[in-house]
Amino acid sequence: MDIIKQLENELVEVKNFPNFKSGDTVIVSYKIKEGNKERIQQFQGVVLQRRGSGVTETFTVRKMSGNIGVERIFPIASPFVDQIVVTKKGAVRRARIFYFRELTGKAARIKEKRSFSTIKK
Amino acid sequence: MPGIIGRKVGMTSIYSAEGKATPCTVIEAGPCVVTQLKTQERDGYDAVQLGFGERKEVRTPNALKGHFKKANTTPKAKLVEFKGFEGLNLGDIVKVDIFEEGEFVGVVGTSKGKGFQGVVRRHNFGGVGQATHGQHNRLRAPGSIGACSYPARVFKGMRMAGQMGNKRVMTENLVVLKVLTDKNLIVVKGSVPGAKGSTVLIAK
Repeated sequence: MDIIKQLENELVEVKNFPNFKSGDTVIVSYKIKEGNKERIQQFQGVVLQRRGSGVTETFTVRKMSGNIGVERIFPIASPFVDQIVVTKKGAVRRARIFYFRELTGKAARIKEKRSFSTIKK
Repeated sequence: MPGIIGRKVGMTSIYSAEGKATPCTVIEAGPCVVTQLKTQERDGYDAVQLGFGERKEVRTPNALKGHFKKANTTPKAKLVEFKGFEGLNLGDIVKVDIFEEGEFVGVVGTSKGKGFQGVVRRHNFGGVGQATHGQHNRLRAPGSIGACSYPARVFKGMRMAGQMGNKRVMTENLVVLKVLTDKNLIVVKGSVPGAKGSTVLIAK
């Protein structure tokens, strides 16, 4: 396994993203190539899960587009993922919150995690 | 086909310049030592025997010790013959740099053993497809395996239940993505037969 990790470190660069986990609300800035032009698209939603490890790690973000749920899976090491901003820390008990898909309306809210460090500030 | 002996390390992903993720297999290949040269005059064909991996001296029979001594090398764990090498001498070392990036190779390995499996798993038979209408215990049965008094036998090669996997398998036309000679590593696109740590042969 060590050989693989070494090789991954050498060949693929994983950017320094802030810590986030399932239940958090994030904004993912994603580079999109149209012909020769490159622009950045933002995708804001709730993280359902983080999956895998190392350069093969991916995370799933779910948002409601009008009435329709849209989920997107981003590889964390993808050169197209430009930036991840955590806007809200969610208080959830599970690493994979798939139950969140079935929730609609008022039930589809996630309690915000209050951390003492921010209160002190 | 010239080739090299290696050990499957595992799989990972590599991102191309366009940002496309490519699944790939890392193989630790070589350095291999030429342990014997087969010639047309002596053996009736031309080939090169390569040795890979270390083997304990105490666990090596004397006959093999002599074989390795001829090539002036330590005992090797795996010996495989390859055709198509040119200009190699006894005791020479073959490294992964015989391959280039972008080249197509075939990889031979021993597939993971699945044990004794029925036809549904082993040959992708459909099974019966329904549980009622008199099926009782016939859900995954193969059905008819031939006609009756003519030919009065079962044809050879009839697909039936049996051992699945643990068999020599070659995956052809894999693209070489990276060759790291200093680390003796080669990265090929896609999957390769066998478990992690198993011996594989990479051939051009």
